[in-house]
Amino acid sequence: MSGMVEKRGLGIWLTHLGLIIGIAIICFPIYMAFVASTVTQPEIARPPMPLIPGPHLIDNYTAALTRGVNSPVLLMLFNSSVMALGITIGKIVISIISAYAIVYFRFPFRMAFFWMIFLTLMLPVEVRIVPTYEVVAGFGMLNSYTGLILPLVASATATFLFRQFFLTVPDELIEAARVDGAGPVRFFLDILLPMSRTNIAALFVILFIYGWNQYLWPLLITTKPEMNTIVMGIKQMFPSGDDIANWPVIMATTLLAMLPPVAVVIFMQGLFVKGLVESEK
Amino acid sequence: MHKHVVFNNRVLPYLLLAPQILVTLVFFFWPAGQAIYQSAYIPDPFGLSSQFVGFGNFEFLLRDRYYLASFKTTVVFSTLVTVVSMGAALWLAVMADRVIKGSSAYKTLLVWPYAVAPAVAGVLWLFMFNPNVGLVAWYLKAMGYNWNHVLNGDEAMGLVVVASAWRQISYNFLFFLAGLQAIPRSVIEAAAIDGASFARRFWTIVFPLLSPTTFFLLVVNVVYAFFETFGVIHTITGGGPQQATTILVYKVFSDGFVGQDLGSSAAQSVILLFVVGLLTVVQFRYIERKVHY
Repeated sequence: MSGMVEKRGLGIWLTHLGLIIGIAIICFPIYMAFVASTVTQPEIARPPMPLIPGPHLIDNYTAALTRGVNSPVLLMLFNSSVMALGITIGKIVISIISAYAIVYFRFPFRMAFFWMIFLTLMLPVEVRIVPTYEVVAGFGMLNSYTGLILPLVASATATFLFRQFFLTVPDELIEAARVDGAGPVRFFLDILLPMSRTNIAALFVILFIYGWNQYLWPLLITTKPEMNTIVMGIKQMFPSGDDIANWPVIMATTLLAMLPPVAVVIFMQGLFVKGLVESEK
Repeated sequence: MHKHVVFNNRVLPYLLLAPQILVTLVFFFWPAGQAIYQSAYIPDPFGLSSQFVGFGNFEFLLRDRYYLASFKTTVVFSTLVTVVSMGAALWLAVMADRVIKGSSAYKTLLVWPYAVAPAVAGVLWLFMFNPNVGLVAWYLKAMGYNWNHVLNGDEAMGLVVVASAWRQISYNFLFFLAGLQAIPRSVIEAAAIDGASFARRFWTIVFPLLSPTTFFLLVVNVVYAFFETFGVIHTITGGGPQQATTILVYKVFSDGFVGQDLGSSAAQSVILLFVVGLLTVVQFRYIERKVHY
């Protein structure tokens, strides 16, 4: 692996230096947000703002979590958690049973259903904004968790991933299960589901990030501040008109908004990378 | 790609598929059908009735100066986001591929921005470049450059591009690094023995061998720039100034929800459906999607 291709001496130090500079540039916006969340509003309103953190970290985060601007950030965090977990679990459950039906059964219109699921890849919410809103409004699902979750739980990607995995499961297993007298439900619960746990975990990481980071959909269907999710709620914290924004509280909220998905990526990097690569196959 | 051994059951498979198919029909196909239907009508101002206009909405759009400008904006925006984020990611991946000590630490430090929502990325960059309080804006002013993306369309475009590209670098980095590590060292070492410089080895050997990864990422980044950057634009510029950052998806939103121009918004949705369809076909037909990791 190593050795002869310019891996020694000055070259390697310059490479490290280049990487460190690159990482510093990429991390800089987060650092500035962190500094802003530890100082007072007047310190930011009179630029240039300080470059080192101040002593108001606890004040600002407490103010954000308990009061926020329109609604307490604690409530927005709760709404985001419900939405993200609802979307994640919903997508996984719905997709794993659809993939099971498509792989392990033969029935009329099997391929038609498969292509229907495939076609949803071509219909992201961004291109059918108004009519989807109208459907959800028609069901009376505006400002509700159901409205936030249900329209997003179909998943072609997850269905394909489980389908791919099921196709690699040896046929001997199902034969053995049949000899033992296990029906399709038993086979699924006792054999296939436990075998799928790594795939489920990898998908969970990817889909949780997807669900947590939703912006356009909650923006459309939540009009009440108490239903705001944190990612879409940040923008609502900016005053309209010429008032000066409460930057320390807004930046504290911004950091809180990225904390759960970033923690998931950092602490579950292996699963995250697996999910990312698998879901693109 | 079929199982040879299957279960026989008449009802169960339909029950298993029912939730996915129901959600798909109600929230995907029905709205998409509605978009196509509405695109052929112009509702009256009171929403009581609507008039059939056939392709009228499309004809109007294709002559509409603002819509054509939005097309151009989208092309410029996606090209810049793709080039900036892929360029930066390739540069970082090439360096990370060269170091052995600490490469996993570098990877961890470079991977996390992927988890940051586009809207959150927008707020982070907006804060640094805010004309009144932003640190970078202040230093630019101190150096004699009067930064104000609220008034200057080019600066607004620059800012949404950087914020969008910033978040996408980690994704591109992961796939480029995987692609680089899949290239056999012997090939590169052979070239090194022949006396080829690093730059020459990179452009004649490494870059061509990376082309499946590059092509794959090209499509992924264009799709990202087209459809997933709404949050960045909504938080930083709101499509302005003077629609300088109104990409197609943003225009569907602003015409449909803010402008209440439903016929036009629906027609724009239908055009976007074709764009997504095209990109999906490209993605599935022409891409060698065997990315090794």
